[in-house]
Amino acid sequence: MKILYFAWLRQRIGVSMEEFNLPEEVNTVGDLIDYLTTKGENYSQAFSQKKVIRAAVNFEYVPLDHKLINKDEIAFFPPVTGG
Amino acid sequence: MIKIQKEDFNISIELNTLISGNVKIGGVASFIGLVRDLVSPENNVQTLQSMTLEHYPEMTEIKLKQIESQARARWPLETSLIIHRYGELKPGDQIVLVACASIHRQAAFDACNFLMDWLKTDAPFWKLEKTAKSENWVEDRNEDYLASSKWNNHKE
Repeated sequence: MKILYFAWLRQRIGVSMEEFNLPEEVNTVGDLIDYLTTKGENYSQAFSQKKVIRAAVNFEYVPLDHKLINKDEIAFFPPVTGG
Repeated sequence: MIKIQKEDFNISIELNTLISGNVKIGGVASFIGLVRDLVSPENNVQTLQSMTLEHYPEMTEIKLKQIESQARARWPLETSLIIHRYGELKPGDQIVLVACASIHRQAAFDACNFLMDWLKTDAPFWKLEKTAKSENWVEDRNEDYLASSKWNNHKE
């Protein structure tokens, strides 16, 4: 799956995009966050305020219990501030 | 029509192009968002040097088209335009233009207002404010969510 990061999440993690196969234990967006936080201190710091993290799967906003499949594109970011 | 661009825009040219050839249009309502020179204007804290807008290009295009379609389904608009800029902007620069044209004015005013409220809470943009002392990502505002959610119960 393709994972994108924006704004301060991108800065804290240090990459804007990465690709890997969905681990077996990951079913939902929330599971993926839990999995990513085990990848290193940059990830655990970036995702430490889980409540403010927003996610989009295939360009639509989704809640943490949204189910993932390997061909999804998922993006993580802080609340948007357009306009 | 949707335009997501780095370049500045000329309001006069954009509005003229939008309405030209359609003489059914009785009015155009437009809103232009600008970069302010103060960070936290309520407290008058620091002078802004630049504001950098980051966005999620594929999603921005999809979401802006969706919301424009919603506005067109909700109000009897003859035409509409959303221009949203990204990249590094300076105080006084234009960020966004929303314009809606209709036979009678109320639809144009309301649709314009609706689109701006929506852009604040649902368009995938993030703003990085730079001052002489620091860099800060702009946080979401509760007032914006309230403004956006009022349209869910609003009747035309």
